Amino acid sequence: MGAQGGGGVVRRAAAGVAAHPIPVMIAAFALLPLLPFPHPSVAFPFIRFTRLYAALTSQILVWGLFALGYNILLGYTGILSFGHAAYWGLGAYGLGLAVVHLKVGFWAGLGIGVGAATLGATLFGVFCLHRRGIYFAMLTLAFAQLLYFIVLQTYSFTGGDDGLRGFALRQVALPGGLRLAIAGPLRFYYFALVFVILSVLALKRVLESPFGRVLQAIRESEERARACGYDTDRVKLLSFILSGFFGGLAGALGAVHLSFVPIESLYWTTSGEVVIMTLLGGQGSFFGPFVGAAVFLLLQDLLSVFTEHWELFLGALFMAFVLYLPKGIWGAILDLPGLRGARTGTAGHDAATSRRAAGSGG
Amino acid sequence: MIFGISPATLMAQIFTGLVLGGIYVLLALGLSLIFGLMTVVNFAHGAFYMWGAYLGFVVFALTGSFWLALLVGPLAVGLMGLATERGLVRKLYGRNLNDPLLLTFGLSFVLVATVRILFGKTGRAFDPPPVLAGSVNLGFIVFPVYRLFVIAATAVAVIALWYLLERTDLGLIIRAGTRDSLMVRLLGIDVGRIWWLVFGIGIALAGLGGVLAAPMRGVYPEMGVSMLIESFVVVVVGGMGSLPGAVVSGILIGQVVSLTTLFNPKLADIMIFIFMGAVLLVRPSGLFGEAGLLE
Repeated sequence: MGAQGGGGVVRRAAAGVAAHPIPVMIAAFALLPLLPFPHPSVAFPFIRFTRLYAALTSQILVWGLFALGYNILLGYTGILSFGHAAYWGLGAYGLGLAVVHLKVGFWAGLGIGVGAATLGATLFGVFCLHRRGIYFAMLTLAFAQLLYFIVLQTYSFTGGDDGLRGFALRQVALPGGLRLAIAGPLRFYYFALVFVILSVLALKRVLESPFGRVLQAIRESEERARACGYDTDRVKLLSFILSGFFGGLAGALGAVHLSFVPIESLYWTTSGEVVIMTLLGGQGSFFGPFVGAAVFLLLQDLLSVFTEHWELFLGALFMAFVLYLPKGIWGAILDLPGLRGARTGTAGHDAATSRRAAGSGG
Repeated sequence: MIFGISPATLMAQIFTGLVLGGIYVLLALGLSLIFGLMTVVNFAHGAFYMWGAYLGFVVFALTGSFWLALLVGPLAVGLMGLATERGLVRKLYGRNLNDPLLLTFGLSFVLVATVRILFGKTGRAFDPPPVLAGSVNLGFIVFPVYRLFVIAATAVAVIALWYLLERTDLGLIIRAGTRDSLMVRLLGIDVGRIWWLVFGIGIALAGLGGVLAAPMRGVYPEMGVSMLIESFVVVVVGGMGSLPGAVVSGILIGQVVSLTTLFNPKLADIMIFIFMGAVLLVRPSGLFGEAGLLE
């Protein structure tokens, strides 16, 4: 990252965000689909400024929410799950199946989807949290794969490997008999933005509460947290459930956005993607995962303009990030010299603790 | 007759399970070696397996010699492993445990995409050589010769690895390094070079698995994806870092998949995960794992 020249703008912008993260983020996301954005082009002058298409910005919102929720577990509690596709998928299939088979509307579908994800996270969490480290990660993966195969085998009910189709929610009922149209891409974006902003506010509140501090205490040393009298098993389970809840919410919104649930929603690659996004942005900061989701999806989109082999460049870039920016993009920006003072007390936990965590191998 | 299945069918299925188990063992041994010594969770293992199959395919197509393919494939993939350790993974020792995992995850994208660019997205057929074609009557079953060869080749590889680790000085150092690499370094041994070599050996085993599997399963860019996850299951069931565990659990899981297929093919893919869940709930560190290690 160029710290000089162009970096000055980045630094000032980041300083602004660090000082007032929530209002700046809300403003940024409100404007995101409207701002001009440099697009690579195959014709001279190889760059053109257009708006990001709303479908991509909506994807960023939904995956960003998924990654934020995932980071409760990875970044704050220090637990690596490799099966979060389960909760994303339960949210998506829960909503989709309810709308297709029970003919319910958006709210009931959302309730069923998020409910299924939360319930799934509770059940799986109780089982998996008996184990730690790699074994925990593998158990979460096993449960997620189990769901994947169940959906794959129940073709008549779930659509199997064709994915779930046949639900298009065009309107959402509001109190007072109003109906809100959400069909257009831009309409959906602002509709989903309301959920994302509410989620961000709620998450920030939770993570800065005493409960959030206990999560971080567990990340630093579970033994010590237990010695302090905290029921760490219960706290870890709550953290898992919370993270499953937001995964389900994101999955359900994603299903509404696409009007389709691909079978890959439950496949382990989805779990892998959310891990990548989180670490790309940086697990050590609150907004890092969101930034990671945005960068991942933008890169995927931009690279696929030039080459069908975008995975080659994505993989190489990802390796470069691991090697040279271990704290992620957002973590590196927050570490810029001018930001040290500005960011105190803003990010969920500061660089010093994550450095200590990395140093001790945890 | 057991559950309406004839003993001959059952035997054939058990042998098929052994073949699959053999491939699992080769991959799991490599994963487990690398993990046991360097605590690197190698997410590119499936991609190296796939590269082994492709390189074997290329050598076979160019020279017509399956034996040369069987030799060159794993060696070339082993060299790729050496380069990967020296160029990439080495920089991450001593950092967070997740970092090598993420690096190799990115590497697997690169390796798969490279194969797509070089060989196209569709798969290639790779027939077993004439010597190993056809079937042989073993008295109780008729079984394809090539599959018997895979079982034998796996057994040879496992015994060779056992000999290397248990009967040579190098093996002694590797085993000591798995227990306490700092102590080994204090004895004046260049641990870095040992790790480098072990990484290469582990990757070469994946390559060997790829060449052996190619004539049975075909060669295609995504062939390592599900194999990677299944091999991880094998390693975890056996106990992370335990080599006997990898062998036993590879054979067991080969049987689980194969016998489930006999009763209900749809269940086979799920069964492997149910099996792992059950084992981990009863034995938290896998069958042969040490309690408390890497939790």
